[in-house]
Amino acid sequence: MTGIDENPLLTVEELTKWYGRRLGCRDVSFDLYEGEVMAVVGESGSGKSTLLQLLSGQMEPSGGRIFYRLRDGSTADVWQMSEPMRRFLFRTDWGYVHQDAQLGLRMGISAGGNVGERLMAVGWRNYAAIRESALDWLNRVEIDEARIDDTPRSYSGGMRQRLQIARNLVTAPRLIFMDEPTGGLDVSVQARLLDLLRRLVADLNIAAIVVTHDLAVARLLSNRIMVMKAGEVIETGLTDQVLDDPCEPYTQLLVSSILPA
Amino acid sequence: MTAPVYNFAYLDEQTKRMIRRAILKAIAIPGYQVPFASREMPMPYGWGTGGVQVTASILGPDDVLKVIDQGSDDTTNAVSIRKFFSKTASVRTTTATNEATVIQTRHRIPETPLTEHQVLVYQVPIPEPLRFLEPRETETRRMHALSEYGLMHVKLYEDIARHGHIATTYAYPVKVAERYVMDPSPIPKFDNPKLSDCPALQLFGAGREKRIYAIPPYTKVVSLDFEDHPFEPYRHDAQCELCGATDSYLDEVITDDAGNRMFVCSDTDYCDKRRAAMDGGQQATATMGHGP
Repeated sequence: MTGIDENPLLTVEELTKWYGRRLGCRDVSFDLYEGEVMAVVGESGSGKSTLLQLLSGQMEPSGGRIFYRLRDGSTADVWQMSEPMRRFLFRTDWGYVHQDAQLGLRMGISAGGNVGERLMAVGWRNYAAIRESALDWLNRVEIDEARIDDTPRSYSGGMRQRLQIARNLVTAPRLIFMDEPTGGLDVSVQARLLDLLRRLVADLNIAAIVVTHDLAVARLLSNRIMVMKAGEVIETGLTDQVLDDPCEPYTQLLVSSILPA
Repeated sequence: MTAPVYNFAYLDEQTKRMIRRAILKAIAIPGYQVPFASREMPMPYGWGTGGVQVTASILGPDDVLKVIDQGSDDTTNAVSIRKFFSKTASVRTTTATNEATVIQTRHRIPETPLTEHQVLVYQVPIPEPLRFLEPRETETRRMHALSEYGLMHVKLYEDIARHGHIATTYAYPVKVAERYVMDPSPIPKFDNPKLSDCPALQLFGAGREKRIYAIPPYTKVVSLDFEDHPFEPYRHDAQCELCGATDSYLDEVITDDAGNRMFVCSDTDYCDKRRAAMDGGQQATATMGHGP
């Protein structure tokens, strides 16, 4: 890529989702630039996961629009483009890290196959090259090369999560969605995973949207933060700013409810 | 046999028309699995209910029917389907590949090259090549529609990672006319090259799964592989002990409990013809016939 583009990578305009008469999220608007990490925080039921599914093209919004700047520089409306195009985007230029690694991995297929799947989906047909790339990625996420032919079933929770990240990053995506990437992991594993994520995202200049209820994760990973409550965005800003000096009462409550270390 | 209780070839005319429509659609879109309203047949699933329905729909009074099971004309499955149609349709049956106009098969393609005047009907247990990789039918259909076939190569990748080579030996996935990935039914991969550019029409019927698909004559069929691990048909490194053939697909037959075994052609018609041609059947020393 030549230089950093001034235009946003992702533009979201008044995104709304109704589940029948029940609100998922309402009027969410923001811009995301290349290499920027944004955290979405809020209590459970606040519409964070709904928002992520809308953004990643997995669920059709009831209103609002999402624009994504493609690699050729042109901007496309995610829900106007054809389904094959959207699915292609989803498995090449985007990544999606599930909270539960079992959802994001093929549990019956070896680690190498899991990492290689996206490559084969975009037309790689050379076994040696696919394997080499898989080994490289296992190294990068600190998984022992000797485990390449083992299935994720034999992996620990932390390893599964790292494998899921490798599987997503192998096609060098520009935007990655993460749904509670550290949820369900113990604290020491969380810390290592966060460290790894922060390094990969910075090294590869990937933009990321991280949904979390853990403010510590938000502080460590993200540049910007968006606080949601009852389906609406109530506060946005730089992470440090919002967390150090929250304006909204709800955000103040969130920040003050962190247990002191 | 009079048997007026059956309509010609067992199925009623409306059912046959419905199946013919599915067949026409299948021929129009090579490799695409066309759903059809599969009927209960007087035999259990897994015995060729799909193949039998296809055969019943295309059979005419002048057709000559051959039925093989694993290449053999004389196993239970082949014999009973042959009897079924000679009873319900009074068609002539044969074991000679070159005399047949319709050949119903389970798990083999005959060694004798097929011609434009023949139709090969396959019995298919599981028509969906992606089934064991992606269990959701809604998802596999979408993958076919959008030709998202990366997953098929994941299976081959797994083979190489585990065994050092592509260890899939039957039901080896193929791409038909550069569009649909298809399961050629559990034929040995030895037979895969015969699928391509075949002068005969090839029809596939899956009764339990209610799907029909087809390869029209002279259609390009490519077996999937990797650049550095190309597709290779497999054949036992031996010759048939009955007819001496070195080019046919061989069955390994265990002959006693002392570890003795022999290799014989799996295509009985091919083997018999070769033996008859050889010095008046002098080779027919084998006390054992074909097959287990």
